[in-house]
Amino acid sequence: MQLGFLVDLHLCMGCKGCEIACKVENEVPLSTWRLRVKYVDVGVFPETKRTFTPLRCNHCANAPCERICPVSALHYIENGIVNIDSERCIGCAGCVMACPYGAIYIDPETQTADKCTYCAHRIASSMMPACVVACPVEANIFGDLDDPTSNISKYIQDHRDVQVRKPEKGTDPHHFYVGASQEHLNPLASQRIEGFNLFDNITHLPLGGHE
Amino acid sequence: MVHESLAATHAVVTLDVPLPEIFWGWFVTMNMWAKSIGTGLVFMLFLLLRKNPSEMNGLRTPAMIVSFIMMNVFLLFTLADLHQPFRMWHIFFYPHWTSAITVGAWMATVFVGLEFIMIAAMVRKDKCLFTKNPVSFFDKTLFWLTLLAIPVTLYTAGIMAEATARELWQMPTESVQMILAATLSGSAAIILLGGSKLSKETEQFFGSVLGLSALMAFIIYMSEYVFGGMKSEDAQAILAFVKGHGEYTTMFWIGQWVAYILPMTLVALSRKSQNSSILKLAAVLAIAGLWVVKHVWLVIPQLLSLS
Repeated sequence: MQLGFLVDLHLCMGCKGCEIACKVENEVPLSTWRLRVKYVDVGVFPETKRTFTPLRCNHCANAPCERICPVSALHYIENGIVNIDSERCIGCAGCVMACPYGAIYIDPETQTADKCTYCAHRIASSMMPACVVACPVEANIFGDLDDPTSNISKYIQDHRDVQVRKPEKGTDPHHFYVGASQEHLNPLASQRIEGFNLFDNITHLPLGGHE
Repeated sequence: MVHESLAATHAVVTLDVPLPEIFWGWFVTMNMWAKSIGTGLVFMLFLLLRKNPSEMNGLRTPAMIVSFIMMNVFLLFTLADLHQPFRMWHIFFYPHWTSAITVGAWMATVFVGLEFIMIAAMVRKDKCLFTKNPVSFFDKTLFWLTLLAIPVTLYTAGIMAEATARELWQMPTESVQMILAATLSGSAAIILLGGSKLSKETEQFFGSVLGLSALMAFIIYMSEYVFGGMKSEDAQAILAFVKGHGEYTTMFWIGQWVAYILPMTLVALSRKSQNSSILKLAAVLAIAGLWVVKHVWLVIPQLLSLS
């Protein structure tokens, strides 16, 4: 079994329902996110559009975070999920430095690394991840990539524009996007201009970093 | 290059809260800097033993103690940088051997232990429990310590290589830079420690090691600076932080001048004038500048947003 995720960006409307469901389900502390939706505005008024990209852990087959973790706090489980054992984590932030997707953060409450686990605890009870359940347009498609009859496998077979983020990194991610443009997936394809953010005054809880 | 489409798309991120920028800050810089001096001194002691053993007298114990102190500074800052420092023992009880962090922690621990034994032998002299001839024991053990110093120096480059997200840190380059940092700071430290114990000839020899290390490290940095961005848009975006009006341009050039350009010049001047004071100034500058160089190279890849 190899569990994977696919987001159909034609359907996503940026409601952030998945983000909130994830926060509630996993008790993700303030100022940190296991899953977040990025907005990018494209074009010049009046010819503008807004793109939405849900970003979460890609559960790579060749996960740099798993490789660099000195204590195996990040580890594979049999269904292909890259899980995390916060009791074992020493907080070296090696995984934060290794993940090319910026999907891992240091939990300000436990001072350990944390990230999306595809809701491994729910899957163990035969439930879908919280974000899948919350999505009002079924843009999140989750299932077994090894099973050709699963929804996700069929989706990948039926669509030609299936992409992953940063394929050049060789991480072999198990998280796919349909209908993505460069602005969705490539951080260098959009600018970050001060004052253009919808929320500018975000308070980050202290992490004990040493800048 | 995708960023060149920006003029057409005017794409602007209007909502995203990426990770706070710098995770590995000056604690990690201290770690790399102190380790360079610690292992570099061992390399230089070994060179001195091979080149002129008689000049080792009076340098064995002080040089090894300074190396031991720097290695402990390195370990202290490594520990302090952990968000869960009291779980450090997990590295020894739940080791994950694909991680350069694990391999490095084990090797550095053995290295420091070996240094402690060598210092104990030299300090205890005749009362030493495990050898009757501490000097001979020291010199024989120094060979093995030097062998171990190579991977201890290199493993941080392994960590940087495993940090897949940071495009600027490429493995062959970083490993060479780590060794050069050790020979640069080690030669500088032994010049300062040696004082009158070193002959003029030996002092100039270590001056040459310092000057050549500075030259080679400078060439590599300049090669990265000029050519690094030509093959990867991530590297190009990262190097923009040290080019033009980049956030770290000033600090980058201060580091290059203080660690490499000035010491190279001063080493050349001291060879011409046979003036050891100029050489000592070069040594102080090299050690101070190395910290700045390491810090800039550590921080700039972290400024690039990953999302």
